[in-house]
Amino acid sequence: MSESSTAPLTTSDGVPLKVSLAKALRREKLRSFLLIAPLLFFILISFVAPIADMLFRSVENAIVPDTLPRTVVALEDWDGSKGELPGEPVYAALAADLKEAVKEKLHTRLGSRLNYDMPGASSMFRSTGRKVEKFTDGNYKEQFIKADKDWGNINFWEGLKQLSSRYTDGYFLSAIDMERDSTGIHFKPEEQRIYLMLFGRTLMLSVAITVSCLVLGYPVAWLLANLPLRTSNLLMILVLLPFWTSLLVRTSAWKVLLQDQGVINDLLVWAHIISNDNRLPLINNQTGTIIAMTHILLPFMILPLFSVMKTISPSYMRAAKSLGATDWTAFWRVYFPQTIPGIGAGAILVFILAIGYYITPELVGGTSGIFISNRIAYHISSSLNWGLAAALGTILLGVVLLMFVLYDKIVGIDNVKLG
Amino acid sequence: MSSLPEYASTGQRVWYYTFRVICGLIFFFLIFPILVIIPLSFNAENFFTFTKEMLALDPAGYSFKHYIDFFTNPNWQQALTNSVLIAPVATLLATSLGTLAAIGLSQSHVPFRSAIMAALISPMIVPLIISAAGMYFFYSRIGLQGTYWGVVLAHAALGTPFVIITVTATLVGFDRSLVRAAANMGANPVTTFFKVQMPLIIPGVVSGALFAFITSFDEVVVVLFLGSAGQKTLPWQMFTGLREQISPTILAVAAIMVAISIALLTVLELLRRRSERLRGLTPG
Repeated sequence: MSESSTAPLTTSDGVPLKVSLAKALRREKLRSFLLIAPLLFFILISFVAPIADMLFRSVENAIVPDTLPRTVVALEDWDGSKGELPGEPVYAALAADLKEAVKEKLHTRLGSRLNYDMPGASSMFRSTGRKVEKFTDGNYKEQFIKADKDWGNINFWEGLKQLSSRYTDGYFLSAIDMERDSTGIHFKPEEQRIYLMLFGRTLMLSVAITVSCLVLGYPVAWLLANLPLRTSNLLMILVLLPFWTSLLVRTSAWKVLLQDQGVINDLLVWAHIISNDNRLPLINNQTGTIIAMTHILLPFMILPLFSVMKTISPSYMRAAKSLGATDWTAFWRVYFPQTIPGIGAGAILVFILAIGYYITPELVGGTSGIFISNRIAYHISSSLNWGLAAALGTILLGVVLLMFVLYDKIVGIDNVKLG
Repeated sequence: MSSLPEYASTGQRVWYYTFRVICGLIFFFLIFPILVIIPLSFNAENFFTFTKEMLALDPAGYSFKHYIDFFTNPNWQQALTNSVLIAPVATLLATSLGTLAAIGLSQSHVPFRSAIMAALISPMIVPLIISAAGMYFFYSRIGLQGTYWGVVLAHAALGTPFVIITVTATLVGFDRSLVRAAANMGANPVTTFFKVQMPLIIPGVVSGALFAFITSFDEVVVVLFLGSAGQKTLPWQMFTGLREQISPTILAVAAIMVAISIALLTVLELLRRRSERLRGLTPG
């Protein structure tokens, strides 16, 4: 230690204390980083990269310029608004591109890609692909139109020109039921709109599920928070057991219970509440989705509510009552406002979980009770329109992240607790 | 108002009991669907409701046939094997990486802590269908789609947030001076970790591992997209069973899984008690 107060403090080996401390701090930072790095790397590869890939796919459109490079260049100078078909050079470029694509068997993939925006394109590419090998040099325009008359359709060429850039907003437009043609962007005809309706239904059902979870969860959380510890621990098991039970077990339970010939309808018939020919349609509709998902998500509402209510001292209510408040006023003006953080946390958590649900709506929702996630799954595994699936997923992700920022503001990401 | 005072008015008395009945009904709603599966799974017929014989408690109405089917049907056995092969490996991966990262995150000076935390927790926040879609796209690019390791990696990624959260929560009550004391007495960092830190945070690690295990064991959306027929897990088999030909064997599987979750719940409760007891000993 230095004797004079002006000289810098040094450690026993003569290094200034400041330097030594900075070094220790750096080492500590490095150590914590080394501990985190493996997982961070793992999550980046196995999770963040896939999400980024999905975001990228929602705008990516390399297939057209990659498969038809010459045609895309040749089309640049063509203007469809004059009402004339493209000239011979474009058709010649197309013939060259198509011959190459057929050799590598890429033309059918391009056809199905174009088919999302221009119905009929898939068969056009397939049939012309068979004939293009035999095309003679010169006069390509005539030969193409002879192979399939749609090659002489000016709308097709306009569509192709729009899709010839590397990136497209087309998937996002489709995801919100819009399309673009020569006159600009506008909504699709009424009967073709489905996604806005599905997004609306997903939001509406999620709100309904959140509200019913709140209505059912609030009294139970209150009871659990106010009972003696021994009793409330026992009753807590009734909340935690469903929480820990497999999602599929609970969904199958509801599938069994809600059937026309299931336990609930049997009970109602037995109690003469409904007649035998008049069994309630409880499954494969929105009712089924709401009942089953309320049951599945209820613990996520009860647990945060419970942890907030546990911290509210009963003396507030007693004070309110001794000052002359009725039971209701004491509850509404004194107790309820203190539980709002719990309501916010529980409601947002349930809403976030509900909005992205797939399994339960798929199994008990029928056609009227399905969510946007079911449509995403359909586009990935059945219609193979991955770009549209990615765009729908991106929108859904945006909504969820927005809700999550709210959750973070109310609860804080570090305060997430389990069980 | 947890118990009714002597001076309560009639209205208060009525409300008190009505409220209890309402809560009782809600508890019934929570537990009934899970418990009703158990007797139904012993149904002797291929029905999904109680038969007359069952209601009359006639032994002829009950049988183990759905259980026998589960243990003899090769489809179900293959699914069970796959689940047992996938979940523990994913759990091991998630728990080891997650515990290390949680210890790193709990140090006092971590640059970009909240950004790192957000990235590490994200698998829990992003809806499963979106994770599944992204992983399907990306894993098919790198050739992991339809492979065992693809499913394991995906499940491990989904399980890590739970490990991080539970271990971080345990570390909050961890007294750092114990580590310093161990180091002071000449223990190297590895010894310190295994002899001092690990025994104290083990409840958090185990409950995180249980969460990770359940996440993988119960997961169906991601495996549905990422897996091929060779990775068909138990939940996947249940899902197809429910969607296509709804077979009563599902009830037997469900009853077995309820028994498993009761066992898990018991383990967690014991761990929680142990952790509370240990924390009572450490200052702060």
